[in-house]
Amino acid sequence: MSGASDELYQQVILDHNRTPRNMRALLGATHQAQGLNPLCGDAYTVYLSIDGAGVIREVAYEGHGCAISKASASMMSEALTGRTVAQAHALFDAFRGLVMGKSEATPQDCDLGKLRVFSGVWRYPARVKCAALCWHALRSALDGQGATTTEDKL
Amino acid sequence: MTANTYPIDNVRADFPALRQTVNGCPLTYLDNAATTLKPEAVVEAVRQHYREESANIHRGVHHLSQKATEAYEAARDKVQHFLHAEQREEIIFTSGTTAAINTVAHAFGSTIHADDEIILSEMEHHSNIVPWQMLRERTGCVLRVIPITDDGQLDLAAYEAMLGPRTKLVSVVYVSNSLGTVNPVQRVIDAAHAHGAKVLVDAAQAVACRAVDVRALDCDFLAFSGHKIFGPTGVGVLYGKRVLLDALPPFFGGGDMILSVSFERTTYNALPYKFEAGTPHIAGVIGLGAALDYVNALGLAGIAAHEEDVRDYATRLIARIPGVRLYGTAPEKAAILSFVLEGVHPHDVGQILDTHGVAVRAGHHCTQPVMQRYGIPATARASFSIYNTRADADRLAAAIMQTKELFG
Ligand SMILES: Cc1ncc(COP(=O)(O)O)c(C=O)c1O
Repeated sequence: MSGASDELYQQVILDHNRTPRNMRALLGATHQAQGLNPLCGDAYTVYLSIDGAGVIREVAYEGHGCAISKASASMMSEALTGRTVAQAHALFDAFRGLVMGKSEATPQDCDLGKLRVFSGVWRYPARVKCAALCWHALRSALDGQGATTTEDKL
Repeated sequence: MTANTYPIDNVRADFPALRQTVNGCPLTYLDNAATTLKPEAVVEAVRQHYREESANIHRGVHHLSQKATEAYEAARDKVQHFLHAEQREEIIFTSGTTAAINTVAHAFGSTIHADDEIILSEMEHHSNIVPWQMLRERTGCVLRVIPITDDGQLDLAAYEAMLGPRTKLVSVVYVSNSLGTVNPVQRVIDAAHAHGAKVLVDAAQAVACRAVDVRALDCDFLAFSGHKIFGPTGVGVLYGKRVLLDALPPFFGGGDMILSVSFERTTYNALPYKFEAGTPHIAGVIGLGAALDYVNALGLAGIAAHEEDVRDYATRLIARIPGVRLYGTAPEKAAILSFVLEGVHPHDVGQILDTHGVAVRAGHHCTQPVMQRYGIPATARASFSIYNTRADADRLAAAIMQTKELFG
């Protein structure tokens, strides 16, 4: 077996799919937004708790979707905790560049870290939206918009 | 014909796409409900048209135009015989099932008024839902929906209770593309007619796996797509009873559908041209004719027996895999298996199956109300056709087992 099982479904992704971190509603969230992929029905709500200094204290999400979208939400929640809003925006750009296969768009000072396990996604165009779904919801939440769909942007 | 005498090796050899490997495995094509592969004869018919007789139809005096017109109209005769329609004028070429249904929604829709009722079912493809919702927007008519039972059948008692003096049209799917259910359309039609309502049958999934006789059924309209019966994409058929089509206004206006045009007054052409405005998909229609020749030569009885054998074998195999749940278990079914593997999202199932060269569809299959009915976001769907074998079912089952292991 080759291809998708190595490139897409890496152990880290399978692990986050099996035991997603921070998958719950966040009572007292300061920001939240829905992300919907109308093509496949994947739907998540992303919750953020941001303090007065603009630091993201907590990230949570709930919803349903495939392994790629769920692992992406789970790893996003870990990557964002403790970051500033500005860093979150930079990470969004870097992650989007990664999954669209445009890594040159990644700013030098932005370290994707563990999120690099998604570097094979761009070879599967149908799955790019899965990986990016919760990140779009994140950006909508930061921008104060209630909902986004993968058809609006990418 | 029994499964033993079915010429499976010849059939497989007729489909060039089956000769390829995908991800290092032989292609196991099980996405036939989305579209079927094309036999050499269809590819050749389309190619020959473009190479040797590419010309517009119906208005040329020159040689090529006449040849193209003959081939196009010969395909209409083939469709007429295939559906057992009484007259060739009852066969309208469209761009597909969707266009055929939209044509009825506009033409027949012009006779619909506020409070008239149209009955659909919960298992309709979106193409047999949205055009009626758009008609409701225009007219204020009422849409009623036949519910489906747990095993995926139409609730006929509920249907019969819905029929009444306000029912103007019943539009139902013959074979469900997401559940595989073969609906008792004869009974649906007879009951509707008893109340003076007309019936449109969506036969998109039916024509390639069972003989359809519009005169025996006595349906008023019937729609299907060429690409689901081994023909080209972008071509399809609307059958309509002549008395109805004659009385209805055209949907599209343009060339070919007129007898004379002036700025004061336009006279519409006779059937079937009244409903065929503009240059049609000539090569597609000719290819569809070749596809019907292919199906006729093989014989729908033999096809049905073969597909039932593969369906039963695949159903037994898949149903006994722990964690697999089948959706659509009606007694009368086509070779369509919709399933969910516990703990693994259908898109991931589809992606992993692809690494084994097994092509299935994952999603809502353009039937979101069916997904809502069962409380699931999506299914994986394996749909078998004339060239699939028990070995394909074995490969599907093995790939599902490996998917389970990977996600275990
Ligand atoms: C039952 C049914 N109806 C209608 C359609 C629409 O056919 P087309 O997209 O060829 O117009 C399909 C195809 O997916 C179908 O399966």
